[in-house]
Amino acid sequence: MSVPILRTRGLTKRFGGLVVSDSLDFDVAPGELHAVIGPNGAGKTTLINQLIGELVPDAGGIEFEGRDITALPTWRRSLLGISRSYQITSVFPDFTALENVCLAAQAHDGHSFGAWRPASGEERLVQPSLAALEEVGLSARSRVCAAELAHGEHRQLELAMALVSRPKVLLLDEPMAGMGRQESESMLRLLASLKRRFTLVLVEHDMDVVFALADRISVLVYGRAIASGPPAAIRANIEVKRAYLGERYAAG
Amino acid sequence: MTWNLLVTQALNGLQYGVVLFLLAAGLTLVLGVMNFVNLAHGSFYMLGAYIAAAVFARTNSFLAAGAAAVLGTLVIGALVERTALRTFYARGHLDQVLATFGLILFFNELVRIIWGASPVYMRPPDAFSGIVELLGFAYPSYRGLVIAVGLLVGAGLYLLIHHTRIGMLIRAGASNAQMVSVLGVNIRFVNTLLFGLGAAMAGLAGLMAGPIFSVQPGMGDNVLIAVIVVIVIGGIGSVRGAFYGALIVGVVDTVGRIYLPLVLRQVAERTVADAAGPALASMLIYLFMAVVLALRPQGLFPARR
Amino acid sequence: MPIFPETVSPRSPRVVAAAAFMLLLAAVPLVSNTIGESYHVTLVTRILVFGLAAASLNLVLGYGGLVSFGHALYLGIGAYSVGILSFHGVTNGWIHLGVAVGLSALVSFLTGLVCMRTSGVAFIMITLAFAQMFYFLGVSLKQYGGDDGLSIPRRSDFSPLFSIQDNTGLYYFAFAVVAVTLYLSWRFVHARFGRLLLGTKSNLRRMRALGFPVLRYQVAAYVISGCICGVAGVLLANFTNFASPAYMYWTVSGDLIVMVILGGIATILGPLVGAAVYVILETVLSAYTQHWMVILGPVIVLIALISNRGLYGLLLARDAQGSESDAP
Repeated sequence: MSVPILRTRGLTKRFGGLVVSDSLDFDVAPGELHAVIGPNGAGKTTLINQLIGELVPDAGGIEFEGRDITALPTWRRSLLGISRSYQITSVFPDFTALENVCLAAQAHDGHSFGAWRPASGEERLVQPSLAALEEVGLSARSRVCAAELAHGEHRQLELAMALVSRPKVLLLDEPMAGMGRQESESMLRLLASLKRRFTLVLVEHDMDVVFALADRISVLVYGRAIASGPPAAIRANIEVKRAYLGERYAAG
Repeated sequence: MTWNLLVTQALNGLQYGVVLFLLAAGLTLVLGVMNFVNLAHGSFYMLGAYIAAAVFARTNSFLAAGAAAVLGTLVIGALVERTALRTFYARGHLDQVLATFGLILFFNELVRIIWGASPVYMRPPDAFSGIVELLGFAYPSYRGLVIAVGLLVGAGLYLLIHHTRIGMLIRAGASNAQMVSVLGVNIRFVNTLLFGLGAAMAGLAGLMAGPIFSVQPGMGDNVLIAVIVVIVIGGIGSVRGAFYGALIVGVVDTVGRIYLPLVLRQVAERTVADAAGPALASMLIYLFMAVVLALRPQGLFPARR
Repeated sequence: MPIFPETVSPRSPRVVAAAAFMLLLAAVPLVSNTIGESYHVTLVTRILVFGLAAASLNLVLGYGGLVSFGHALYLGIGAYSVGILSFHGVTNGWIHLGVAVGLSALVSFLTGLVCMRTSGVAFIMITLAFAQMFYFLGVSLKQYGGDDGLSIPRRSDFSPLFSIQDNTGLYYFAFAVVAVTLYLSWRFVHARFGRLLLGTKSNLRRMRALGFPVLRYQVAAYVISGCICGVAGVLLANFTNFASPAYMYWTVSGDLIVMVILGGIATILGPLVGAAVYVILETVLSAYTQHWMVILGPVIVLIALISNRGLYGLLLARDAQGSESDAP
């Protein structure tokens, strides 16, 4: 395999007496869609939080494009090209959808010391933001206040904000969370369209989505990756069956 | 710079420190457990001092004054929490700051209306109005009493928090208030109790400080600022931090005010030293706080979460 | 380049109210001089000075979500810049302003660096403590009056351009400063810097994840805020012909917070409206009884209880109900 674009070595995180990440080795190949699955409490979101820098690991290291980023603060990692969306929607409720995405674009467009020109008039911010909203299917709602958007639209907005900066790696934390059938299908199509254009790390519970999209799947249980490989291999893995999947997806 | 002076000032610092501790413990607990900024904490200190002075003047019994001050502030604290402040728990810190600010203005003026604007004199109890001999040093016995009471309360608080069920509830509430209430504990009662306990300790501090500092409207304001410095240095939510922080601030402030001008006079020209000395001395604890913040923003003894 | 950073419709009640308010303020000295009553000019000058201070606080508090309980410090720095320089014979107004702004910038930069690394509650208390430290410093400066304060016999000299030696001149100078500051704040809020601040107030964690180095912007905003407040201090010293440590007392910082909330957080005119109401309230109450604070205290608690948007903010909210965008 070529050099992984993102990888962890021996990543360990404890909360008091509880070990949430247990010497975790995890790597992501460039261009792949790598799904992370596992039971609740397995440490999936904690992994994402450490990858983006919102949590500091107690031991172990994280590398991005071969470079050690373990000590880098969150904002620097974002500027390097690691972007994330949140499991629990984390947008700016008082801003419109467009303003939300413009703010995301602003972070990657030089400094923000501008104090004279209205940001809403800056084409360099507005154009990419409109494009990102178009991509996720929120164009019609761009001028609506984020607080007034429906739940599914919030998930779309989350994705638009993560996308607009053209990241190298997208860390998506349960993008389908709380979505109904129809919304999930749209999101599935959207995620499929992102494949090949970005490297994606996808934390998900919805197995239909995972097995439909993933190039590789890692299974996390109690903070360790008990298995990692292509979907077929995961399906056949006895340990995984035992720990997590249940009869429906276990082959043979 | 005599040895005698140093020891006396160090003891005075210790005495100031325990007064600060009595106040800081309550404030830091309310802040850490209930996430509530109570700027009006100094008002309970003031009320305690006034109630004590009034009862002492009437009955000549320091014990009666003490009981009245502690019980009085406990009741007032609980009442204030239940009527005015409870609605602000869910609000942000800004609203809490504003509301308690309004309370300070109210209490300061109330005290002025009832007792007038001039300082009220409160003498120490007859049994403790003399000098006590400690290892060859003479020290006012009342100040010694204050130190003893403060340390006793500190020990009592430690026992309460670490060895009783109520204490366990407080510690649990500090970690996860929501969980505690889900488990069926009456979190409102714990909150009122905690708030009242803090107010009572503040009242006790006011009672003890009455004969030493003057009893006047607004006396809580300056001491509140010092208490804030204490809990920032010690670590917000940490009673241990409040204890050590209070002693550090008490000693540094008291000893610093005497010695810094003297030290300055040795190293700088007299006029400069005389001008800068008192100024720097009054700024000393704040500069200390700034240094602690720069090096360790979470405080010296942060609460373990 | 459009003058207004957002669409301004002459028919919206908010625009009409704002314009009327500013016109009224501009007219006060004219009306007052015609009637022959000088009282109103001094009252409204006071409103302008504290309105400017409140507006500066609103930048970090209202838009940035940083509760600074120590802004009165910069009023003191501005006032003492005038006082101490005048004491030593320097009366040039531009030098007064320059020193006030420079010192405010330095102090706010240093305290900002130390304070910004702490969380919400700690920030409030630390700003309070630092401001009080400077109060004690002012009290201990015996050669500059100490507790009694420092008298300033002659106001800052801005000749030959203009003069603030008489009350009308000072009024219009203050008004001009306030108007320019409010306009620049308006532009600031809609520009990138303002958007960033609003974002940090709303969702700090997301701002960092988006790639913003938040700390430097918060410190910068705090410095700008401190400098504007320093200018308010210069105006205050000229207004009262006096510099006193009392200007830095922590209750003054509390008053500023009340003004910001009363008028409307995160609105441009709110702080000025809040200052007007608060100063007038204080004036009326203190005429009524010597113990007016016993009434003001509970009033402040009430303000904290009921106000979500403040007086001017309510007007904005009613105005925005029609349109989709909710941008301030």
